[in-house]
Amino acid sequence: MPFSIPTEEFMEPGHTACHGCGATLAMRYVLKALGKNTVVSVPASCWAVIPGAMPYRTLDVPMVYTPFAATGASISGLREALDIQGKEDYNVVGFAGDGGTADIGLQSLSGAMERGHNVFYIMYDNEGYMNTGVQRSGSTPYGAETTTTPVGKERNFKRQNKKVVADIMMAQGVPYVATATIAYPEDLIRKLDNARKIHGPKFIQVLATCPTGWYYPPEKSVEVSRLAVQSGVFPLYEFQNGVLRVSKPSKTVEVREYLSMQGRFSHLNDEDIAQLQEYVNQRMTMLLEKEKDTAKPGP
Amino acid sequence: MQSAQRKYNAILTGNDAVAVGAKLARVGFISAYPITPQTTIVEKLAEMVANREIQARYVEVESEHSALAATFASELAGIRSYTATSSHGLLYMHEMLHWTAGMRLPVVMSVVNRALGPPWNIWTEQTDTMNQKDTGWMQVYCESNQEALDTILMGYRIAESEKVMLPLMSMEDAFVLSHTSEPVSIPDQEEVDGFLPPLDLKFRIDTNNPMGYGSYSTPDGPFMELKKDMIESMKNSKNTIREVTRNFAEAFGRDYSGLIEEYAMDDADYALIASGTLASTGKYVVGKMREAGRKVGLIRLRFFRPFPDEEIVKATKNLKGVGVLDRSVSYGSSGSIANEVKSSLYEKSSIPVTGFVAGLGGRDVRIEEFEKMFDYIEKGKTGNYFIGDREGN
Repeated sequence: MPFSIPTEEFMEPGHTACHGCGATLAMRYVLKALGKNTVVSVPASCWAVIPGAMPYRTLDVPMVYTPFAATGASISGLREALDIQGKEDYNVVGFAGDGGTADIGLQSLSGAMERGHNVFYIMYDNEGYMNTGVQRSGSTPYGAETTTTPVGKERNFKRQNKKVVADIMMAQGVPYVATATIAYPEDLIRKLDNARKIHGPKFIQVLATCPTGWYYPPEKSVEVSRLAVQSGVFPLYEFQNGVLRVSKPSKTVEVREYLSMQGRFSHLNDEDIAQLQEYVNQRMTMLLEKEKDTAKPGP
Repeated sequence: MQSAQRKYNAILTGNDAVAVGAKLARVGFISAYPITPQTTIVEKLAEMVANREIQARYVEVESEHSALAATFASELAGIRSYTATSSHGLLYMHEMLHWTAGMRLPVVMSVVNRALGPPWNIWTEQTDTMNQKDTGWMQVYCESNQEALDTILMGYRIAESEKVMLPLMSMEDAFVLSHTSEPVSIPDQEEVDGFLPPLDLKFRIDTNNPMGYGSYSTPDGPFMELKKDMIESMKNSKNTIREVTRNFAEAFGRDYSGLIEEYAMDDADYALIASGTLASTGKYVVGKMREAGRKVGLIRLRFFRPFPDEEIVKATKNLKGVGVLDRSVSYGSSGSIANEVKSSLYEKSSIPVTGFVAGLGGRDVRIEEFEKMFDYIEKGKTGNYFIGDREGN
C-alpha cells in the first residue's frame, strides 16, 4: 500500500520544541511535500529556536534566519538571486509565525506577494507570541487569555476577532492562498502540491496548535487541531487563480466543544461563547458566499 | 592626489556617478526604496536595467527595511548586491544593518547624507550615518563625484576581501554632490573587470550543502568569538583599504591615499579635520590663509569606520593645535568625529583639540566661518563650539 505522506524526512530528531508542538509538525510536513531542494527563511519566532543553538541544526535544508519583520523581503531576495544563477528549481519558503506575519511582518509579506516572486510563504499560526511567552497577536482569536490579555477582575481577555491573514491575501489577489492544519496532513501536502504548480507567490496559513500557550495536554494537539476545523473556527479552504473552494467537514461540532478543551478559553461564559459561535457562523457564511461568487463563470 | 589624472569623459551628478559605479561593478541584484535625495541613483539604475545596460535583477520593495532584507538575502545566495538610501530610510534599515554585517556579507550601499526630522529637512547632514557607526559597516565620506564613483569599485573589492567580509557604505553630501554635475572620468568596463573580479562567496546557499545562516548562540556558544572576529576584521580592513586604494591608483591613476587625505600638511602648525564636501571649502580656505602666510593645513577624513586612529596620530604629530568639524550632532556629547579624534590622541599626543559643530540641516558653512574656526584653533581654545547659528556664533 502506498503511503499517503512522503516517507522521506528532512527534519532530524533532537529539536528543542515543546511536546506536542504543532509548528514542528507543520515544518515536517511542508518539507516532506517540497523535498530536498528547498531553502527556508525563518524570522524571530519559535522556529528560530526549535532547530537548536549553533552549530546544531534540525533541518536538512539550508536555513536563513532573518529579523522579525523581514521574511517576505528575504524570500524575495533569495528567489531572484537563485534564479539569476539558474537555480529556478529551488523552492524558496518563508516560514513565519503569526506575529511575524499578521503583525510586524505584514508589510513585508504584502510587498513580496504583490511583486509576484515565485515563493512559498507558510504562516504557522499558533495564535500568539508563543516563543516570548504567550502574548497576544493580531491573529489571537476573540476570547483567548494571553499573558498580555490576562483575565483578572477586569476579564481582559482578547476582545477583538482574529485577523485572518489568509483572507487578506485572498483580498489582495495572491494567485494561491490556502488554509490547513496539522490534523489533516494529506490535505496540507495536497495543497502544497497544487501550490507548486503555480509560478508565483503562494500563501498557506497552517493552524499550529500550541499546548504551551493554549493550555491543553500535549497529546491532544491533533485532536484540538481537528476540532478547530470541525467547529468552523478554522475553516479549511483553497483559493486558486481567483476561485475559492471551502472544505465541508464530514462531521461538525459546536464551537463550545473546541473551546472547552483549552485553558485559554476557560473563563468564557455562555454569552461570550454564543458571541464567538455567531462570529464563526457569519464567517463561514461569508466564505461560502464567496465560494459561490468565485465559481461563477467569468464575463 | 590624482597624480596621473585621466581625461574626463563625462559630466555627471554624484548620484549618476554612483549608479555608473554600480553598473561597472557588475552588481547582479539591486533593491531599493525611494527617498530624496537618493532617488536619482535608483532611477538611473532602473533605467539601466530597463535598457539592458546592466544584467541585474531590480526589486522595488515597499520599505528600506525590506530593501536591505532583500539585499542581504540575495548576497547570501551568492550575487553581488547593492542598495542605496538616505536619512530616515537609513534609520529604518538600522536592524538590517546589524544583520548584514553580522552575517559577514560584503554588501555595498550608497548613502546620500541628509538631515533627520523633525523638522523635515532634505538637505545635507551626517547625523544619519553617524547614528550607524556601531553597526559593523565600513563608512567612507566622499568629497567629489569622481570619488563617489570610484568608491563603489574600491568598496566591493575591500568588502569582499577574505580578510574583511564586512559591508561598506559610501556617502555623498545631499545635493552638494548628489544633484550637482561635475566632470568625471568613467573607466572602461574591461579595466574595472581587471580590478574587481566576480564575487565568489564561500558560504552561499546550496541545497547540496545545507547550512544554517544566523541561528542562535547561547552565552557559552560562539557568540563572543564571532563578535571578536568582526572586531578583528574591521581592524584588519585598514590594511586592505590602504592596499586597495594603492592598487586603484596604479590601475586608474587616482590616488585616494588610504583612510585620510592630507592637504597642505607638510609644514602646518594648525589643522582642521573635516569630511565630505566641507573639506573642499576647507581646502580653499587653507589656500587663502596660506597666501596670507598662516601655516595651516587640512586633514580630510575619508573613512570613519574603521577609524583611522594611527593616521590621525601621525598627521597631527607636529601640529600645535587641531580642530575637528562635525556636521552632525550627538545630544549630550560632542561631535562624533571630534570624540573619536580625542580618543585616538589620548596618551599619544598633548595637542589641544577644538570641536566644531556646523552646517546642520544643510546650512552653508561659509569661508568666514572656516576662518573663525582656524582662529579658535590657533588661539588654543579647547572645548566644543557651535558655529553658524543665528545667535552669531
